[in-house]
Amino acid sequence: MSEITYSQAINDAISEEMRRDEDVFMMGEDIGLYCGAFGVSKGMLQEFGEERIMDTPIAEQGFVGAAVGAAMAGMRPIVELMFSDFMCVCFDELVNEAAKLRFMFGGKVKVPMVMRTASGAGTGAAAQHSQSLEVCLAHFPGLKVVVPSTPYDAKGLLKTAIRDDNPVMFLEQKTLYRTKGEVPQEDYTIPFGVADIKRSGKDCTIITYGRMVQMSLEAAKRMQEKGIDAEVIDLRTLLPLDTETIIKSVIKTKHVLIVHEAVQFAGFGGEICGQIADSEAFYYLDAPIRRLGARNIPIPFNPKLEAETLPTVDKICASVEGLL
Amino acid sequence: MNKQYPKDLLADMWFKMNLAREFENRVQWLFSMGLVHGTTHLGVGEEATAVGSILALKPQDYVFGTHRGHSQAIAKGIDIDHMMAEILAKATGVCKGKGGSMHIADPDIHYFGADGVLGTSPVMCCGTALSIKKRKENDRISVVFFGDGSSNEGAVFEALNLAAVWELPILFICVNNTYGMSSHITKVMKDTDISKRAIPFGMPSKSIDGNNVLEVYDTIVKARKHVLEHGPMLIVENTYRISGHSKSDGNLYRSKEEINAWKEKCPIKFIKNYLIENGVFNDKQLKAAAQDANIQVDHAQEYAKNSPEPIMENIYDDVYA
Repeated sequence: MSEITYSQAINDAISEEMRRDEDVFMMGEDIGLYCGAFGVSKGMLQEFGEERIMDTPIAEQGFVGAAVGAAMAGMRPIVELMFSDFMCVCFDELVNEAAKLRFMFGGKVKVPMVMRTASGAGTGAAAQHSQSLEVCLAHFPGLKVVVPSTPYDAKGLLKTAIRDDNPVMFLEQKTLYRTKGEVPQEDYTIPFGVADIKRSGKDCTIITYGRMVQMSLEAAKRMQEKGIDAEVIDLRTLLPLDTETIIKSVIKTKHVLIVHEAVQFAGFGGEICGQIADSEAFYYLDAPIRRLGARNIPIPFNPKLEAETLPTVDKICASVEGLL
Repeated sequence: MNKQYPKDLLADMWFKMNLAREFENRVQWLFSMGLVHGTTHLGVGEEATAVGSILALKPQDYVFGTHRGHSQAIAKGIDIDHMMAEILAKATGVCKGKGGSMHIADPDIHYFGADGVLGTSPVMCCGTALSIKKRKENDRISVVFFGDGSSNEGAVFEALNLAAVWELPILFICVNNTYGMSSHITKVMKDTDISKRAIPFGMPSKSIDGNNVLEVYDTIVKARKHVLEHGPMLIVENTYRISGHSKSDGNLYRSKEEINAWKEKCPIKFIKNYLIENGVFNDKQLKAAAQDANIQVDHAQEYAKNSPEPIMENIYDDVYA
């Protein structure tokens, strides 16, 4: 084990897969000498050259579409979208093409590509560079949606994504890039559709993913002092979704808070509520299911306003206490 | 005859253009009988663009077609029994009844299909071209058909730029059939010479008569060579859609006179005259070949009609690999 950053874990996952499989390559805006807007591809141009670490024009439809085509021809492209907000520019390529080609063509084609992108607020980048749009992607059968919360998960899940024969949307959390965690030296992968119970507890289940995992753990630690024992479930992948782990936990704790950074209204929390309500866990609930997401506004620029727009540790604690 | 073409090539052109025409006429008829679910986009009158172009390619070349692509699929060598079954939404269809007329594809023969959203095939075609380049496949190119309507999509400009700057082995074929649905080309383009759109990308281009299958063939043979040796190229094949846009088309935007004038310029009539005048085949031989095409379409129709419907039990099979 060694302690590395979330960013390095992603870099390692890609580099190791590129050494292992010559069909893997990466393209995106300024990922070569510049190393990408968040520095994730540091050192990769030097190791793999311009042929495999390809700078692209500022043309998301162009290079994301090209990734779809290259995947159809049997390559394993990774595309880096500088900010997840830019998926709106190439939604057609992701949604109408990557997600649907296999089905429309009767199973005769595969689209083994990964779209990596920096997601979330907290950097003062305002409304067009701060969104958490995962629910938009989770709405499309044919895609897989991954949101890693730790360096360990980021590396293992990204390796699985690169080896997967389907289009995988990999939403990196931009405020986690510099966070550190233990990552084993040896090769490992983490299967999709398996949530991770990051903290076990008996009084309340906090269901979350991405950047909100660390905040929920912090909240759980604080609540421990007040005698509240919260369980924190990190979904890790939204599509496929590990409903089994959710249901088991809800039956155990009888109280549920769902936390995500994305806008609460029509967010992924609504789907989790639905999954619980549709299951036997519903009968075990001792209180209504609560959700905590961002306010229903675009992300504001001012740092105080930005922080108040999003869930905070205080808000998580207050929401749990309100449930019990 | 100022140029010698191999007789079997000319026979193939004649047969495939007739097969495409007969196939689409049959689809139209099945449609009018209420046997086709959903919609279909016919390209009657555009057969020379598909047949002339694809016969000039090699089987290993990737081809992306258009949503008006039955003739492109036929020229690429698709099994018409299974294509007709797809149009009739049967389990034996090329897409197992999950795609329909708008998504006819057969990756086994490197035909990456018709696409329902315009402008995206050119960017995806850049991807297959990129894979050819990365794998150093030195006798393979990637070809995309798109229409005059699609050529106004932003993604097409991104594709032209990517192809140029990455020097991809890609051939852009714009089938200019004069109308985007009901909009005449002059209504949506200031300068209707689409071949000029290659200029800012430093790419050669050529605008040709898309109803002259021989001119199409000769042009694409040279273009393929250019693409292999020097990189991307744009060919504009000018033609006319005699059939309506789709089932919703009441032909309110054009006159019978206009349609009839183009019927006179029918690409099948053109090649027929050429073959007879040059003594390649006689009228009887041509009729016999056209009759063979007819019989194949009859067979496809019967095969499709007698095929089973897909079942819900395996509907999830092809969502994920």
